[in-house]
Amino acid sequence: MTTTAPVPTPSVWKVGVVASVHTETPTARSIMIDVPGWGGNLAGQHLDLRLSAPDGYQAVRSYSVASAGPGERLELAVDRLPDGEVSPYLVDDLQVGDELEIRGPLGGWFVWRPEQTGPVQLIGGGSGIVPLMAMARAHAASGSTARFKLLYSVRSPHDVFFAEELASLASEHFEVTWVYTRSTPTAWPTPAGRLTPAVLEAATIPASENPAVFVCGPTGFVESVADWLVALGHPAASVKTERFGGK
Amino acid sequence: MTHLDGNVLAGPLSELFSVDMTVAVGRCAGCGDQSVLASAMVYESGPDIVVRCHHCDDVLMTLVQSPDDLRVEFRGIQMLRVTR
Repeated sequence: MTTTAPVPTPSVWKVGVVASVHTETPTARSIMIDVPGWGGNLAGQHLDLRLSAPDGYQAVRSYSVASAGPGERLELAVDRLPDGEVSPYLVDDLQVGDELEIRGPLGGWFVWRPEQTGPVQLIGGGSGIVPLMAMARAHAASGSTARFKLLYSVRSPHDVFFAEELASLASEHFEVTWVYTRSTPTAWPTPAGRLTPAVLEAATIPASENPAVFVCGPTGFVESVADWLVALGHPAASVKTERFGGK
Repeated sequence: MTHLDGNVLAGPLSELFSVDMTVAVGRCAGCGDQSVLASAMVYESGPDIVVRCHHCDDVLMTLVQSPDDLRVEFRGIQMLRVTR
């Protein structure tokens, strides 16, 4: 494997400044952050974010980066977890101009590089869309003609991240399939329901085409989908997963 | 407790290694499985991390983090391989 990650000093904590915030859903928002020395990132990489309380208590969380490519500005998209320690602050309290300690870009495994020409199947559950969005953006920005498909499982139309941008990215090389688990848009052809092996098989690039598959979402979602993909004939090595927990 | 995966090790292990260790292959001392660290199962308890083999559930390593230091115990990793 080639390691071309533009990572000068990932272990060093840098100070980022919030440049803008944007509401994505009733429980989530995207956050643009300027990080001097960031140096750009590959699509799918993450960062560690450290918050320090006045009493010295520190909390570190990993967040996928929604943006990709060179530059010092990056985008996160964070969903508020009900019992979370960090995400409620990021979603409800963080303001433009606030500083955040950031370490990254991190991780060279759950990444897509524009020089990869083979077909790619992205499968996201909830805010698991974030690193997949970075890949979809990198795919479009690079003019890649690699076949990309995204299967995006969300509770309802109100819970969709990057709704307008996803619609604008649709092309002959990028196709999105939606699964609504609790409620659907009006006049949607199928009732709301959890993703099933049958829907997965029908909506994704078949194993016979040897796609690279990226699955990101809550742990249970990721494990179910990964098991189904292997049962459908995808080699385990072709299925890359990234889980996020419930903290 | 729900678990994460080895992708989250990238940050802490960057303090110890000069290359991205999530793409390093480790061999489990328990079952012999060889996989990238990214695919291991990670259990977090505050700042502390237990990494388990995704195949046999044995403990591969533990990370204990404090403001002053990072302690990594390679309890069940028999071998680590990185690509040059």
